[in-house]
Amino acid sequence: MSNHTHPVVGSLKAETRNFNFFYGSNHALKNINLPVGDRKVTALIGPSGCGKSTLLRSFNRMHDLYPGNRYEGDIQLYPDNVNMISHGVDPIEVRMRVAMVFQKPNPFPKSIFDNVAYGLRVRGEKNKGVIADRVEEALKGAALWNEAKDRLNDLAFNLSGGQQQRLCIARALAADPEILLFDEPTSALDPIATASIEQLVAELKQKVTILIVTHNMQQAARISDYTAFMYLGELIEFGPTDDLFVTPKVKQTEDYITGRFG
Amino acid sequence: MTTPDLNSLRAMIAQHKRYDILFGLVGLLATMVGVVTLVALFVDLIMDGYPRLTATFFSSFPSRHPEEAGILSSWVGSILVMITTALAAIPMGVGAAIYLEEYAPKNWITDIIEINVTNLAGVPSIIYGLLALGLFVYILDFGQSILTAGLTLGLLILPVIIVATRESLRAIPIAIREAAYALGATRWQLVSDHLLHYSSGGIMTGIIIGMARAIGETAPIITIGALTFIAFLPPAPFTIDPSTDMPAGLFDWLFSPFTVLPIQMFNWVSRPQVEFQLNAAATGVVIIIATLFMNSLAIWLRYRIRKNIKW
Repeated sequence: MSNHTHPVVGSLKAETRNFNFFYGSNHALKNINLPVGDRKVTALIGPSGCGKSTLLRSFNRMHDLYPGNRYEGDIQLYPDNVNMISHGVDPIEVRMRVAMVFQKPNPFPKSIFDNVAYGLRVRGEKNKGVIADRVEEALKGAALWNEAKDRLNDLAFNLSGGQQQRLCIARALAADPEILLFDEPTSALDPIATASIEQLVAELKQKVTILIVTHNMQQAARISDYTAFMYLGELIEFGPTDDLFVTPKVKQTEDYITGRFG
Repeated sequence: MTTPDLNSLRAMIAQHKRYDILFGLVGLLATMVGVVTLVALFVDLIMDGYPRLTATFFSSFPSRHPEEAGILSSWVGSILVMITTALAAIPMGVGAAIYLEEYAPKNWITDIIEINVTNLAGVPSIIYGLLALGLFVYILDFGQSILTAGLTLGLLILPVIIVATRESLRAIPIAIREAAYALGATRWQLVSDHLLHYSSGGIMTGIIIGMARAIGETAPIITIGALTFIAFLPPAPFTIDPSTDMPAGLFDWLFSPFTVLPIQMFNWVSRPQVEFQLNAAATGVVIIIATLFMNSLAIWLRYRIRKNIKW
């Protein structure tokens, strides 16, 4: 348990403070103050182009990969209370602590085993026994072990779309991250695969803090503890998911969740 | 619409279709000119050269007597030059391509380098020979050796390898790069664990096509002064040289004079005797078969490796 708490979410895992983001001269995120509860699911919703993915990708410094991007303000990570976006912090270190699952399943063209093991290999783990144990644990954590245990050496591409996405979750889990980022993880999946991913998210929050971007409001309502509604690069409203969907305080939030725009 | 209209419409469509068929025929003719010429050339070479393609032809040195002359020194020379070319061009070409694609900042200097590399692929090969004569033969004093020839051909095919490698690196989706980066990989881990593996089909294809071009190159090799009568093999490592009674060093062969298949062929073509023309034809068959073999290998490799990778 960290000592850092927030009046609404309680114990904090991370927090953005007066966070701004620029794509070149385009001011994409404006003064975002978002608490991320420890081992809670926080959903980011909003219409396309509102900046929810941009905010998510700031949490593991993916924007550092491309020239011309700039952060301002703080993304504080707890309990060590470090600003993840400050120049002194290595983005690689951040990515080792904050893992990510992408919109479209993106397994490597390698075997199932090698996909899950890759995060460990990057961390220099050489012990084959340790790697095998962690791969099994991660595949179980991602509810893929039963389907994959007899075909660990098969190419990951031979899995179905939903299985590939669970493989990507296992790949992220194997490295034991503190925060798991999901960028619309079910938008390329059918309803059954979507349901299994949603169930997985509910189980994963016992161990790891989850931040999820979704364009599907029902999904946000089903799986998240807290929801942030974003619009045009600003955080319009944040609150416990039940409150935000039932009694939104801001007119724009209400219009969006009732389907009047977006 | 009335019936007479329909008739004129059909007439118009028939007219348009005649043009369609006409172009199909012209296109087929144009295609056949290339194919038929190549086949005729190859058949003609085989008919002339086939009787000379015996085991003795491959195991004999060139000679004043056409029926005793063979291509031993030139095929050995070709292979040694190819090895040197590969050792020089592959690491340099692949390395340069990875740098340009993954490491170099995207600015106007990189753009200029990129345009230059692409243009280098079109520079006439004799120009490379001239450069090599100045740089390798005179300044670096490598002589008219296998090393000079290998480095020259290496430079010649460098742009081919760079362009092929960059193309296949570029074909790897951003999602794969982001997946590796998101797990905490460094740029070099991304390159060595992922990009090189996934692009190996394209890189190999580029290398082999470059090598197939290099094996038939004549002009730059003549320019560096290798058009000579060679009736000995480069010294194999640690064999005793009878004239000095000293064992050859591991790399002495690199500095040995040499000849290659196209030069041997050129030499024989320029002789007046008809028998030498037959030797030239036989050598031509060997070169064409080597080139065809390498190109088929490239196609097969590309097919094999791409089968497992679909983006």
